[in-house]
Amino acid sequence: MSRIRDAFSKSRGEGTLVAYIMGGDPNPELSLRVAEAVIEGGADIVELGVPFSDPMADGKSIQEAAVRSLASGTRPRDVFQMTKELKKRHDVPIALMTYYNILYSPGLEKFLNEARLAGVDGMIVPDLPLDENKDYSRIAKKNGVDTIFLAAPTTTPERMKSIVANTSGFLYLVSLLGVTGARSDLKTSTVDLIKSAKKFTRGRVPLAVGFGISTPEQVRSVVKAGADGVVVGSAIVNRVANYKDRQRAMLQDVENYVRSLKTATKTA
Amino acid sequence: MKSKDHYPKGGRFGKYGGQFVPETLMPAINELERAYLSLKDDPSFRSELANLLIHYAGRPTPLYLAKNLTAHAGGAKIYLKREDLLHGGAHKINNTLGQALLAKRMGKTRIIAETGAGQHGVATAMACAVLGLKGEVYMGSEDIERQKLNVFRMRLLGTQVHSVESGSKTLKDAINEAFRDWVTNLENTYYIIGSVVGPHPYPVIVRDFQSVIGRETRQQMVETEGRLPDAVVACVGGGSNSMGSFHAFTDDKSVKLFGVEAGGLGKGRNAAPLVEGREGVLHGMMTYLLQDKDGQIRSTESISAGLDYPGVGPEHSHLKDTGRATYVPITDDEAVQGFNLLCRTEGIIPALESAHAIAYAVKLAKRLGKGKNMAVTLSGRGDKDVQTIAKREGIVL
Repeated sequence: MSRIRDAFSKSRGEGTLVAYIMGGDPNPELSLRVAEAVIEGGADIVELGVPFSDPMADGKSIQEAAVRSLASGTRPRDVFQMTKELKKRHDVPIALMTYYNILYSPGLEKFLNEARLAGVDGMIVPDLPLDENKDYSRIAKKNGVDTIFLAAPTTTPERMKSIVANTSGFLYLVSLLGVTGARSDLKTSTVDLIKSAKKFTRGRVPLAVGFGISTPEQVRSVVKAGADGVVVGSAIVNRVANYKDRQRAMLQDVENYVRSLKTATKTA
Repeated sequence: MKSKDHYPKGGRFGKYGGQFVPETLMPAINELERAYLSLKDDPSFRSELANLLIHYAGRPTPLYLAKNLTAHAGGAKIYLKREDLLHGGAHKINNTLGQALLAKRMGKTRIIAETGAGQHGVATAMACAVLGLKGEVYMGSEDIERQKLNVFRMRLLGTQVHSVESGSKTLKDAINEAFRDWVTNLENTYYIIGSVVGPHPYPVIVRDFQSVIGRETRQQMVETEGRLPDAVVACVGGGSNSMGSFHAFTDDKSVKLFGVEAGGLGKGRNAAPLVEGREGVLHGMMTYLLQDKDGQIRSTESISAGLDYPGVGPEHSHLKDTGRATYVPITDDEAVQGFNLLCRTEGIIPALESAHAIAYAVKLAKRLGKGKNMAVTLSGRGDKDVQTIAKREGIVL
């Protein structure tokens, strides 16, 4: 069983918290400490962004995080190195989130082999839909790396069936029409969306919901609606951006914030 | 004329193309493909579009024998396909009318588009105004600064222009932003891509709407010279005027096809992915891209905002690999020489994009020699570039 799936089984009865940060934001050294703050705060799974110059599926927060990360010289190998360091010190599954060209450019074999060697447990590639996934899924499987696919509010039942059949680790349900980024409220349509997606995933694969989720209240609603987990990203990234010159305060803020989210997964 | 389709199997031209978009968009591009396939041969759709192209946009455009330019080059006869005479001043209107009509038939009420030099933005604004659709255009803030005239034209035409501050603040970032808008507003919104780029079916839709250029060129050349041209030359940014020019000739092996990319300031500082790039995935397609060794998209440099794009339409990548078309760079300096040359020899001010094709055509005419004919697509007129040229010469207008 994959370590990512394991994390869902371990947190049964409560929601699994997937916490996203951009690798190398604001620089590789500090980013490692941000990841540790996230783990300290209780994240069950860490999702590390590998910065890409053209992040089509991301809103302003994560776009700007990618700009900061690239400006500090972060390369994919730095995010692999970060993964290695984290794995040495913590027992937490790590998924990388990046765009397809970052995998395709060095070659799928090379990238996914390096991912395996670094201890990466899964990959999330938002611009790689099911229709283009054949080589990627085969090579990822060979390397023991989960391929976490996304489903959206627009996904038809037929597509949903094949996405559920092909995803591993968990199914990442996009909560709304749009890009990543914190929103102040949760749409009622999200609750309905979770309920209908759950019909496809129940007994097959864990379901985690992301995009637009930033408050403990939203986390509670999502878990209550039946999601097995929740992904929070932009709101953490915003905290990194706000405090970049005051490291200790920023790290403490990130840790406290993640703790408030984790607590919310238990009280749903 | 033989009928042909060349619809890409599985959305691929060889290994290029595909649909590399977020899951949220997949149903939308599938819906677009279904709508396009059901309408493209529909008699009422075709006649509505043909009517607009003739009476609104000004088709057919002339194929003009540039005698003075030919004499200057001293070789093959140079014919100019005058897309610069179209409404709006560029070939872009061929595509925006087609896609806006398609959007209307699909029941979409809001149109979004990206633009670099502003020509596609202006052509979109015109199509929206005439067809009663609401238009919004994304444009990089750097390009807004470079192309103030076109920004104001779009506003006059009733289209809202959004300044894009992300990334390099140019065309590629405007495309990213348009995709982000689309994914948020799928239900009522149609995204009119301005070139033969993006996920399938966009490259084929834009090619088909632009292929009127090559169809007319072919017929006009046969009428005038009694035979097909020996070469067809067009500039390549995303590659819509060139693909439109090439398409009617791809099965005619005697016709050599030349795509002219922006050579900018030379090696490493250009917008020439087919000359200097390697394959990768951007904006929903697999194609040649300018990228660094990690796969980060490189910033581009070109005097012409319309060619300033790190990628290229996937069908061009395929034509390059198969050797059916040849892609060459023309530097900023050479393009400016071509610009001045056409102004003085023929009394035509070309767009800086098209000036790249002119500059290469002069070289090629010498090489082909007398007794040969070539068709060069003059994709747009150069009023929008007059300021750039003046600035280069140190003149304040």
